[in-house]
Amino acid sequence: MSGMNRQGRPSSIDNTAHGGTHSTFTGNKALELEEPLLFELDNPGACGVDFDEPEPFTSRLGSFERQGRIGLASVSEPEVVRHFVRLSSKNYSIDAGLYPLGSCTMKHNPRLNEKMARLPGIGDVHPLQPQQTVQGALELMSELAHWLKELTGMPGVALSPKAGAHGELCGMMAIRAALTARGEDDQRSRVLVPESAHGTNPATAALLGYKVDAIPATKDGRVDLEAFKAKLGPDVAAIMLTNPNTCGLFERDIVEIADAVHEAGAYFYCDGANFNAIVGRVRPGDLGVDAMHINLHKTFSTPHGGGGPGAGPVVFSEALAPFAPLPYVVSGKDGFRIVETEEAAKADGTQPFGRMTAFHGQMGMFVRALAYMMSHGSDGLRQVAEDAVLNANYVLASLKDDMSAPFEGPCMHEALFDDRFLKGTGVETLDFAKAMIDEGYHPMTMYFPLVVHGALLIEPTETESKQSIDLFIATLKDLARAAKSNDKDRFTGAPYMSPRRRLDETAAARKPVLRWAPPMPAQAAE
Amino acid sequence: MRYLPLTETDRREMLGVIGAKSVDELFRDVPESARRDGLVDLPRRKGELDVERALGRMAAKNVAAGSVPFFVGAGAYRHHVPASVDHLIQRSEFLTSYTPYQPEITQGTLQYLFEFQTQVAMITGMDVANASMYDGSTGCGEAVLMAHRVTKRRKAVLSGTLHPQYASVVKNLSDFADYELEILPPALPDTIEDVAAHIDDKTSCVVVQTPGFFGELHDLRAIAEAAHAKGALLIAVVPEIMSLGAVTPPGEMGADIVVGEGQSIGNGLNFGGPYVGLFATREKYVRQMPGRLCGETVDADGNRGFVLTLSTREQHIRREKATSNICTNSGLCCLAFTIHMSLLGEEGYKRLARINHAAAVSLAERLAKVPGVEILNQAFFNEFTMRLPKPAAEVVDALAEKGVLGGVPASRLLPGVKEVEDLLIVASTEINTDADRAAYGAALKEVL
Repeated sequence: MSGMNRQGRPSSIDNTAHGGTHSTFTGNKALELEEPLLFELDNPGACGVDFDEPEPFTSRLGSFERQGRIGLASVSEPEVVRHFVRLSSKNYSIDAGLYPLGSCTMKHNPRLNEKMARLPGIGDVHPLQPQQTVQGALELMSELAHWLKELTGMPGVALSPKAGAHGELCGMMAIRAALTARGEDDQRSRVLVPESAHGTNPATAALLGYKVDAIPATKDGRVDLEAFKAKLGPDVAAIMLTNPNTCGLFERDIVEIADAVHEAGAYFYCDGANFNAIVGRVRPGDLGVDAMHINLHKTFSTPHGGGGPGAGPVVFSEALAPFAPLPYVVSGKDGFRIVETEEAAKADGTQPFGRMTAFHGQMGMFVRALAYMMSHGSDGLRQVAEDAVLNANYVLASLKDDMSAPFEGPCMHEALFDDRFLKGTGVETLDFAKAMIDEGYHPMTMYFPLVVHGALLIEPTETESKQSIDLFIATLKDLARAAKSNDKDRFTGAPYMSPRRRLDETAAARKPVLRWAPPMPAQAAE
Repeated sequence: MRYLPLTETDRREMLGVIGAKSVDELFRDVPESARRDGLVDLPRRKGELDVERALGRMAAKNVAAGSVPFFVGAGAYRHHVPASVDHLIQRSEFLTSYTPYQPEITQGTLQYLFEFQTQVAMITGMDVANASMYDGSTGCGEAVLMAHRVTKRRKAVLSGTLHPQYASVVKNLSDFADYELEILPPALPDTIEDVAAHIDDKTSCVVVQTPGFFGELHDLRAIAEAAHAKGALLIAVVPEIMSLGAVTPPGEMGADIVVGEGQSIGNGLNFGGPYVGLFATREKYVRQMPGRLCGETVDADGNRGFVLTLSTREQHIRREKATSNICTNSGLCCLAFTIHMSLLGEEGYKRLARINHAAAVSLAERLAKVPGVEILNQAFFNEFTMRLPKPAAEVVDALAEKGVLGGVPASRLLPGVKEVEDLLIVASTEINTDADRAAYGAALKEVL
């Protein structure tokens, strides 16, 4: 019998009534609400906006007037708001908890940055307004460029690439343009890419027609210097190297690699996805890098937004800077000017290789990134790198006896484990990751990098407190212990408590259903 | 620093567990020559108030579109975005979530992507759409590469209706990937372009924009027929997606791939980005598509759920054999699009499109009365081209002096092309009032 409070309501829990799982009439689980597809809410006659029909006028659509029903759902505003709020509750987010996705840098997203991006003088400005009406926007781009150049020690920058992979494409195009200018484009057809690279690196090189040649890794998780040197030759255009690399390690031989690349007449493209580990402490320009993209949505904390938008500005060495694409901002005595055509560039004496996108790049991300940089300053950014590296090493040191680390530390901003600690348990990396979901965590990056078996790559970032990381470590220790003590069910069926259990991806790919379609009308009764 | 939770005590304790004397020790793999002891030459940290001041000062130097009579388009359009859109996309669970690689705890993102794909397929009149590209122009480049894969040919023909900066993006990609390209001269609205004459047995695709760069609506049916007769694909580009609420969709005119700029629905001008590229095609080409796709499936309990699918096309699985190198897309901009489109619904979308058309017709009628102005378009949606008695760039600057942002001079994007020097491209949407149009008419009269 449970206790009663003075209003006669039970004040303690009587858990004798129901045991274990409990299904509901609605399918809902208290705060967790099932939600149909938008199209299943269709209620013809409802509408979420109020606009009056225009006054009668003579149409100028000619013969192009759209006929028939489009099929869009008709829904009122409260229903639309509820629909998307309910959907949002089915998502994990960095605002809710630690999001240790290695290589993705899921750090805190300050709301100041959101506020700045929504200033009318920033968010409500058209890219093709007369230049005298956008001087502040051009100043902002110029200021961001200055910060990126200072932080990387590189003299050139292209702001327009829309995301990391787009930045890679931009960097490799600049390299190819420089080789063309030297008359060596035909001769240099090979790009060296370590086995541990992000998939975007080989995909980018291949898009430009390069032959991708994989460089093996050493036992300590780094580029095999001898194997790399053996692959260099007069037909090599570039190396694409991530540093710190995807194993979370700094490439110790990087200066020697850069020198060898340059000696062979090739260029050094650095994938800057992991710049967070070294920002403010190490400048890629001092390592011999020729081009590097910077994911503003990683290092400089513009929100990932469920998979974008990102921004991938590219910094360039002296050798590549003249080939940076259109558009770019210059400042003169009459203020700022955006150079957006080949004709204008010619007058300027540069040789831009072309254009990556219609307009000027991700302005909305530029302002967020600049707000983030200004907030931290030179001192705060250095602290970012130090705390990111400290947190990762703390995770590595705390877990190396319970899990298995393939490489000796110290690591940089992410701690890599392999699946040796799961050997013989019947639990695989995937199962281990899915069990973390029931514990309230987003899993780490799994099965990447490919050079490690059953990889588990953890990037805590600098915005986690020690208390948060301690609980995370304790949780992983408990899971590792459970896996080793034959508590297999906790893993292989996991997750049990998330809005959805494991999803059948094979079925999804075999017979793709990529859009909603109205149900077939039932056969009319005779 | 307000975003960094570790205290000095924490740091000391953690170094103790690691067994390092200082954080410098953790950086010992960095070559000596590249270690920096001091700070980089940039300002120190700032509080929120100071950052707001610094950025507010820059913002104040721009003329916000909403503060003046505004008629600028040419690939980006100012529309009213309902308040609930911006509120909902700022929910932490959407804003601060990653790509939905763990579907069990990202059903929110996956379901709206599925809804987005459905909406895009519906409005373009196509079978399927992907979960977005960076923007319309990069989507256009990817569409050309996709057509080359489908047809196993190497040459694309770009109509003179295509936005010049879209054409530059395609040219850049084609040049570097060693494909052939034929770019037709600018197709003024008062001339007829014979695209079909440029299609031959080597052509993989022809790219036509409607509404075109000069605002003209173009019939795609004959071009589609001509392309298909030679085994080529028709790629239709729609930079003003609001138009499809009123105008025959490319999918009903024989297009094989439709590329759109989705900025107009749910997304602000943002000085050019982030925007959201729409990409739709026929069912039979789905495995040649670039970008992420979200599909329906069931979970272990038999409940409906959604996952990213057909990822064997993508770089993280296929590496150098992927259909594209794209990874991050425009997730949050898709969400803004989907929410706004949900609010509009069937009737709202169509009505808003009619209002846009009415606004542009009203403006065209008014400006046609200004002495020296000639409207070149036959059929248009919310944007048209005027021929002026003097260079359009000068006129636009003079209008700006008078506090009217009057459009885009064609010469800005087509410098050195003599026949477009006096052409001004003008857009009008639901944001313009009669007073705005009157102000434009009066100012134009004065500056001509």
